[in-house]
Amino acid sequence: MEINWLGGIVGGVLIGISSVLLLLFNGRIAGISGIVGALVVNKPTKDNLWQMLFVIGLLIGAVIYALSQGGLQIQMQASRSMLIVAGLLVGVGTRLGSGCTSGHGVCGIARRSKRSIAATLVFIVIAMLTVYIKQALGL
Amino acid sequence: MKNNFIALIAGIIFGLGLTISEMVNPARVIGFLNVTGNWDPTLALVMGGALMITLPLFPFILKRSHPVFSDKFSLPEKKSLDKRLLIGAVLFGLGWGLAGFCPGPAITALVTLSPDVIIFVLAMLAGQCLQSYVERVVIKKSV
Repeated sequence: MEINWLGGIVGGVLIGISSVLLLLFNGRIAGISGIVGALVVNKPTKDNLWQMLFVIGLLIGAVIYALSQGGLQIQMQASRSMLIVAGLLVGVGTRLGSGCTSGHGVCGIARRSKRSIAATLVFIVIAMLTVYIKQALGL
Repeated sequence: MKNNFIALIAGIIFGLGLTISEMVNPARVIGFLNVTGNWDPTLALVMGGALMITLPLFPFILKRSHPVFSDKFSLPEKKSLDKRLLIGAVLFGLGWGLAGFCPGPAITALVTLSPDVIIFVLAMLAGQCLQSYVERVVIKKSV
């Protein structure tokens, strides 16, 4: 796949702007695993309305993109059974590790949090190793 | 009210960011993680683009006594590394590498209505609930 220079940088800047808005106005971290977790782990209350609206916003953003670009392309990289295993691992791991790519990788590093810097390094290296081993095994 | 409006706007901008950068496409993400193959640095550009904004601005924002529309900042309180964090990051890394999906892109990709995406997201939500249940019920009982 050709490198998406413009999309990568513009998309990244938008993610940064979104994180800044949420922190500046609401005092919240734009960590998606935490935002989604708050909606499913306990029965949501009216205090969770902002998380619900953020998730709805994600979907609206994707719909706007899909409408303006004539679709949204995704190419899955794993079988259904592997997707189930991967989904469970992502769910358990982000809960146990208190965050994912957005909360640790973008917001945590920007707060100069030692925990987030460590978590980000660990999950990127482990994910790279996982892809390497998966390919070596021909999965 | 104002808080909720900001959350919606922030969500829309985030969703646009994930789609414009193609991070919703697992092939892009695996292309970045596959360092020994035909390496695709797009994910690094996305993180770099985001950090270009957050790294310089977060310290300024956090110098304020409180956020614009709220009484206080709601930030993680833990400061030191622990086993939970590291084991969690390892498990997340494994799942991320297997599927090429992390939580934000997976949720955003739901708009494709692809059964594969729906299955991944359901498994992810189940994993979150499972972990929370284990902590609340199983671990508390054994202490």
